[in-house]
Parts: sequence; structure tokens; C-alpha cells
Amino acid sequence: MKAGRLLALLLISATAAFVVVGTVWPHQSAVSVSDANARLGSSASPQDAVSSLLREIGRRNWSAAYDSLANRGEFTQSEFERDLTGSYGSLRMYSSLDGFEVKPLHVSPAEAKVRANLRWSDVMGTFQDSRELRVINTGGRWQVVWPVAKEPKLPPQVIPVNYLRWDVIYRGPEDDWGAQDVESPHVRIVAMHPIERNGGVSVMGELLNEDIVPALVNVKASLLAGNGAAIASEDSFDKISHVLLPKQVTPFRIDFPGVQMSQVDSVRIQPSSILVSASADPVVGIESQKLNPLPQPSLTGELLNQSGQVVNISHVIGTFYDSSGQIVWVADQYPDRALLPQTPVPFTIPVPADLYHKVGTFRLVVANYTTSRFQ
Amino acid sequence: MRNAAQCLCGLLALLVVSQAGFTQDALRWPKSVEAGSSFSVPTSGSGPAALYIVGPGDAIRRKVQLGNTIFFQPSDLHNAGHYLALLVAGGVVQSAQFDVAPSQPASLSFIAKPSRLPVARADAISGVAYVFDVFHNLVLRPQRISFALSDAAGSAQSRSASTNNGVAWVQMNSAAKAGAAQFEASVDDAVHERRVVQQVPGDPCRVRINARASGSRILLETEPVRDCSGNAVPDGTVVTFTETSPGGQTTVDVPLKRGVARTELPAQRGAVISAAIGVVLGNEIRWNGGGQ
Repeated sequence: MKAGRLLALLLISATAAFVVVGTVWPHQSAVSVSDANARLGSSASPQDAVSSLLREIGRRNWSAAYDSLANRGEFTQSEFERDLTGSYGSLRMYSSLDGFEVKPLHVSPAEAKVRANLRWSDVMGTFQDSRELRVINTGGRWQVVWPVAKEPKLPPQVIPVNYLRWDVIYRGPEDDWGAQDVESPHVRIVAMHPIERNGGVSVMGELLNEDIVPALVNVKASLLAGNGAAIASEDSFDKISHVLLPKQVTPFRIDFPGVQMSQVDSVRIQPSSILVSASADPVVGIESQKLNPLPQPSLTGELLNQSGQVVNISHVIGTFYDSSGQIVWVADQYPDRALLPQTPVPFTIPVPADLYHKVGTFRLVVANYTTSRFQ
Repeated sequence: MRNAAQCLCGLLALLVVSQAGFTQDALRWPKSVEAGSSFSVPTSGSGPAALYIVGPGDAIRRKVQLGNTIFFQPSDLHNAGHYLALLVAGGVVQSAQFDVAPSQPASLSFIAKPSRLPVARADAISGVAYVFDVFHNLVLRPQRISFALSDAAGSAQSRSASTNNGVAWVQMNSAAKAGAAQFEASVDDAVHERRVVQQVPGDPCRVRINARASGSRILLETEPVRDCSGNAVPDGTVVTFTETSPGGQTTVDVPLKRGVARTELPAQRGAVISAAIGVVLGNEIRWNGGGQ
């Protein structure tokens, strides 16, 4: 009884202490969006104007943020909101402003240019949104000219699609034990390469669906010691395109943090596949792919939805090969915008700087998700 | 539940009589009977007695009158296996052991694998047949099983095999022509079981693309894609188009629809365009602004 009271007292004291610590010394990213003392009126300098605007955006106080803009006559508040919060079920709709950095580029008495690096976070991690903002001085008060990325309006049209999908009928529970069932899709590992990196081992490779039906695939890898014992087992999680149409190839990467390559004698790879209902549409092209050099190497490009259906979330996975065709790295990115028909959406896949000189060629695949179904 | 109780009674009776030192005489019982057949067993002596029959899945207790013939109906014993019969009358126990054999083949369990495979593969289809009688007893007597695989074009392969311990199996080749094949196993031309094996086109034999200008883009289209046996590669098969130019690279995965894959890529002078299906590479086109 006495011990229980002591524990309760301890918990209350610890909670109070954490509340005090959090209030007196808040986290830097929280400061940027939750400073109660900050007001839109504090726009004595271009940086102050941008910072206070971004704070209101972080609090989702859209009307206050919109009212502070210098160019609010060019777009409506809902367009401003949609620019920041996304639309069509894109990842941006499920993200929040985690923090930001403001850097002045050029300042004159009447006008300034400020770079704002916005850090958004969502279930897939964090992503950066960099905007170059023009700030103008109107009667001694600095106001931001917000560059709204307006969604292009497509002319009304009909895009004919020869819709192709697969449906599956499995054997029923009343069937005889010898009765046939549909065969799982045949998939094959066509490349595999383990590397040691960042204090761990990564197993990368490519998987081919060699069947004529779509497959829901996954790859599991086990690192084996010299005596055959498994050191660790992991699967590819989201570093793979899980739905493979016939003859489609996906890269995969499986990370084993904290494992040394010297411990590993062999790698056991187990691809698995399940026959699933799937659709062959929409088709998404990956255009303007370019490998950007050091100091911040990246693979950039644009996704172009060639069909008439909106893709809510897309996932781009890149495979990087050396000059001999050996896989050196697999990386991915989730663009935070939905893919509207015929509208390019940029993406950037970071490439580790130490691997940049090894990369000879690369290959990209894109996986698509819609809110109504998994395809 | 009732069977279990009867079985327990029989076993207890056997235990009791053997422990009590009662005499055991042999019953005049047939050595083997067919499952589901009727038969009779004569008895000698007089007075009431109890007959216990214990076997796999069956336990019977019946009151009999010694001196009369005991009749068994077709529905009495239908599980194949080894049985023990005990006739207990006072301190006298008569016993016999006999077998219930499976009856005539009445059904087949037929496993055909795989249910889907590429054309022109030798010994790639396996068929395994298990023979059962009407009571689902595995028929252990050797039976001749006929296997026939008839493809969509009408040609057929047939083989036969004898069962060994109730099972027979064969391997067949997949046909050169794609389509659904009927795989049938039969015994005594009376019992048939049929499965469907989808024989699907193999890897493309070649991939060939054509290009033409379409405004500021290039319209790319494959020729109809076929495997090396001449079968059309099915719709949905993904063709990867790749365009490489000094301005960057463009790729798109396009599924075949109505036998061809079609897409548009940016028109860039000097670009090299290629296509691939899985690990099969196609031809290359160098784009020179309208010519190839």
C-alpha cells in the first residue's frame, strides 16, 4: 500500500517535471510552430514575416496565414490551403509541418527574397519542401508573396481505356482434398547482392514475375553464419513494389542494422508470391530522369500519369548499378502529391554521396496506390 | 460416441475373459470379406451369447442365439482393415480375426500439378491418382489407371500406370499450343476424374517496336508479341519502354492490350529507344526527329 502511494507520487512528480521542462525548454521544431508569443504583426523584417507566416501554417491557422499575404487577391483561401495540404488523397493530406528554416537570399528596402525550407512529416517519414519566397515592404510592414502552385486544369475530355484486370476464384471449402486450386504466380530472383553499409548489412536484388498473372510479392532474407545458424531474418517491407504484373521486375532492399559482413557466411533469400486481383491501369511514365552530381547527389525526374484515373499515392524505387551491372544501391521516395492525369509530378531520390562515383546506370519503377483499391 | 462405447465394451470383454482364464475356441469366420458385402457365420451350441466385433472405425455388439447362423448386412462392415470377433457365452469365448477388404473402385482423387504452366515443357505436368471404393477405403489391389491429356487443338497424350498401394502417377508434356487442356484419369473406363491445366505462352521470342512522331512526342507501339511456338503473349504482360537521350532518361511500364503495348514518350532528337519484356530485350530505335 505504502509502495503504491510512493509510486503514484513519483509518477505525478515526474509528469510535473516533464511539463515544466517542455514549457521552459521546448524542442526546436516545436518552437517554430507553437510559439504562443509570435504574432503575425511581428513582421519587422522579411525573415520575421516569413517565420510568422510559417508558424500560422504549422498551426493550420489558414485564415490568419492567408490574410497576411501580399498577393491574396491572386487566389482564394481554399486554393492556398490546397497548395499546402494537398488534395486527392495524396500523402501531403496526411502530413503536418514539423519545422522550417528561413534563410534570406537578398534584401532591399522595398523587397526581399527568402528561402524557406519546410520540413513535413507523415507516416512514410519526413520530406522537404523548399520555396523561394518574395517578401515586399508595404508601408513599413513586410508581407509574403506566396507562390501558389496552381493545379493545371485539364480540358474536359474522354480518355478511352481498354480496362484490363484479373479476378481470382479460389477452391471452395466443400471441394475434395484432391481438387485443384489456382497456382501461385511463379516469381524468380534475377539478381542479388549484399553489401556492408552504415554499420549493417543490406541485401539488394531484383525479382521478376515470370508468370502471366499478377502477383503480390515479398522477399525475406536470412543471414546465415558459418554453422548454418540464422544471424538475422528480415523482409523487404516497403523497399519493393509489392504488386507485379506479368513479366514486371521490381528491385528490393533488405536492411540488417548492426550486423557485420564478417559474421555472414551465406544469405538465404525466400521470395513469396500470392495471386491477387489486380488492374493493369493506370500507366505512369517516369520522365526526365537525371542523376545529379555531388555534393548532394540525387536522382530526379517527373512522374506522368498517362491515363485518366487519379493516382493518390505513388512510390518510386530506384536501382543503381555499377559499370559492370552489379547493383550498388536501392533507394525510394514517395512524392507527396497525387498524380493527376497528364500532369507531371517531380520526385527526388537521394543517392548516398559515397556511392555516387560507383553508379554507372540506374533503373526506376513506380508503384501506384488508389484510395479505393490496392493495385 | 456410440461406436466408441461399443468398442470399449468389446475391449473390456476381451480383457475380462482373457484375465478370467476362460477357454477360447476358434470361430468359423471367413478370413476376408469385402467392405459393404453381406455374409453369414454359423455358430454351434445353444443359449444366448454376445458377439463383439472390433475394427478400425467400427465396433459392434450384438446379442445372438448359439446354434443359429449370424447374418451381416451390407451396411454392417464398410471400413477396410483388420478386425477381431469375439463370441462370449457364459465362460466360453470363441474368437476369430478377419480382414475387411476394400470393394470395387468407385472414385478417384486426382491431383494434377501445376494448374498453369508454359507451353512445350517436357514431363512438366504430373498427375497423381488415388483409387477409393464407395466407402472411401483406399483400394490397395493394383488397378490400371488411364491418364489422358487433351489440349485445345484436339491432340491428346495418353499413358497408363498401375497403382501401387493405391496410388498411381504419370508425367506428361505440355503442348506447343496454348490453351486449357483437359487432364483426365480413369479406372475401368467407369470412374473418371477431370482437371483443367492451363497451358500458357512462354517467354516472348522477340520484341519489336515501331515509332512515329505525334506532335512533341513519339508514339511507340510494339508489334504483336508471340512466344517461340507462335502463341500470342497474353494481355497484361508488361513491356518496359526506355528512352535515353542527353536530356535524361524516360521509362514506362506498359501492359499489352489486344496483343500490343502502346505509349507516348517525349520526342528528343538523338534519343535511343528500346523495349524489353522481363529479361527479353527488343530492338533499338534512334530517333532523329521523325525518322528512325
